[in-house]
Amino acid sequence: MLSPSIFSRPLYPGLRVDRFAKVNLILAEGEGAHAILDLAQSPEATPAFFARATLLFCANGASMGSAVADLDALAPGALWTLPTIDTTMFRLRGVLQTATMGTRIYAAGTEPFIGRVIAEAATFGVDPRSVITEHRGSLRRRVQCVHCKGMMEEVTHSPVTCAHCGLSLFVRDHYSRRLGAFQGVCIDAEAPGDIPAAEELYP
Amino acid sequence: MTGTPSLSVRVAETEALTPTVRRIRLVSTSGAALPLFSGGSHVVVNLPTPRGVLRNPYSLTSCPTDGSGYEICVQRSITSRGGSLYVHEALNPGDTLDISYPVNLFPLDRRARKHLFVAGGIGITPFLAMMQQLAQEGGAFELHYAMRSPETGAARAAVEARYGTSRVRTYVSSHGTRISLPDLLEGQPLGTHLYVCGPSRLIDDVLLQAREAGWPDENVHSERFAAPPPGKPFVLELARSGRSIQVGSHQSVLEAIEAAGLDAPNLCRGGACGQCETGVVACDGALEHHDHFLTPDERAGGRKFMICISRIAGERLVLDL
Repeated sequence: MLSPSIFSRPLYPGLRVDRFAKVNLILAEGEGAHAILDLAQSPEATPAFFARATLLFCANGASMGSAVADLDALAPGALWTLPTIDTTMFRLRGVLQTATMGTRIYAAGTEPFIGRVIAEAATFGVDPRSVITEHRGSLRRRVQCVHCKGMMEEVTHSPVTCAHCGLSLFVRDHYSRRLGAFQGVCIDAEAPGDIPAAEELYP
Repeated sequence: MTGTPSLSVRVAETEALTPTVRRIRLVSTSGAALPLFSGGSHVVVNLPTPRGVLRNPYSLTSCPTDGSGYEICVQRSITSRGGSLYVHEALNPGDTLDISYPVNLFPLDRRARKHLFVAGGIGITPFLAMMQQLAQEGGAFELHYAMRSPETGAARAAVEARYGTSRVRTYVSSHGTRISLPDLLEGQPLGTHLYVCGPSRLIDDVLLQAREAGWPDENVHSERFAAPPPGKPFVLELARSGRSIQVGSHQSVLEAIEAAGLDAPNLCRGGACGQCETGVVACDGALEHHDHFLTPDERAGGRKFMICISRIAGERLVLDL
């Protein structure tokens, strides 16, 4: 469970049905499939809700058991399964290009996935606050080195060595919605070489 | 606020756009350029009426990137406390006025892919500046302009000439034409932002219908023209300064404070921005909240009060001022 720290750190209050939405665009990655299946248990998630829904599911390498079949059993208007986050974003862009107001976007999965969905939607004028989100799965983070601007995926430890410039980075809760990434800041700038042992903070 | 820097302007031009709407052009008394602003901004105009100085907010209707002058369009209000009457009957070219710097509480959302404006009557005013700004920048917009009768559509000819009927639709209820909001709201491209300004009933209707059409609240923006409603006089006590002030029946609490020569924080003077939120120490009577800022819980709590627009039904109000 994610806990609030600083204002910049996004929180994901959980999927809920927007009963006024004309079209539901629901994206899930890995464990996020279970957030949709749990949502389907709520009385407001009627067959009509799923009939108005397009589901984009990205297993992202995980073995998901019966998840895809279970999602299909919800009888969504459309169900796309995609292999990677990149291919999912490509499909998302295609859908958003012709989307109209009245479309509600939902995203469930790891934080880097939710961040990519929000950032992509934002380029279509969608306010991050209007995307309904739920965090599921790993706490791993997307991190940008604030010094060289290099981006690192799937960061689980802090401090982490920048894959681009080699500095030891303290992973902050300071978050960029535009980049969908946390800041990594040099941890030994004042006492070079004084680097604490890396801890697995984001398993 | 007497302590706030103000701009000294001269009335350069007046024009009756309709029998009830007057356009006023203001230029700097020093001849210098006025500060540029953003579409949707307003200025608070100090009007020296016979009953005392009234400070009324008016949207700027001229081009935001033109500092040679500011324009406002003022409707003569039948329930006027004297401000709009003064603008219509007493203000003449050459007169000087003090106005506030422009303040924007109704800005364009710059992330929008398209801007959809719904104006009712004199509610057209903030959109006049917004559209000039968007036209310069090449931004996509549409105006849907509703009026009771042709005479109340003060800017109709101007906006149709500027932007063409492809971007401007007018609806005249005396001719039986009305906006069909469900049709308007359906099928707009993702990333459209909706802005509404006009009578409260129109705003309430648009907000409700936008929600029912599945529009996120973040994409819907509104500005109400609210003037402090009259009521029975009462006594205002200021707990910190120990002053006691009479609030007249046509005076807001803020205006009574200012008439007594005191300052209190304020900005929009219409119950929208929250700047004048003040703590209630005691109230002999009922608080009458007229703002659009406090939450229902805050209202029920009875501890907070917006002095620019709210009053009490009772004898005595003690504020933490």
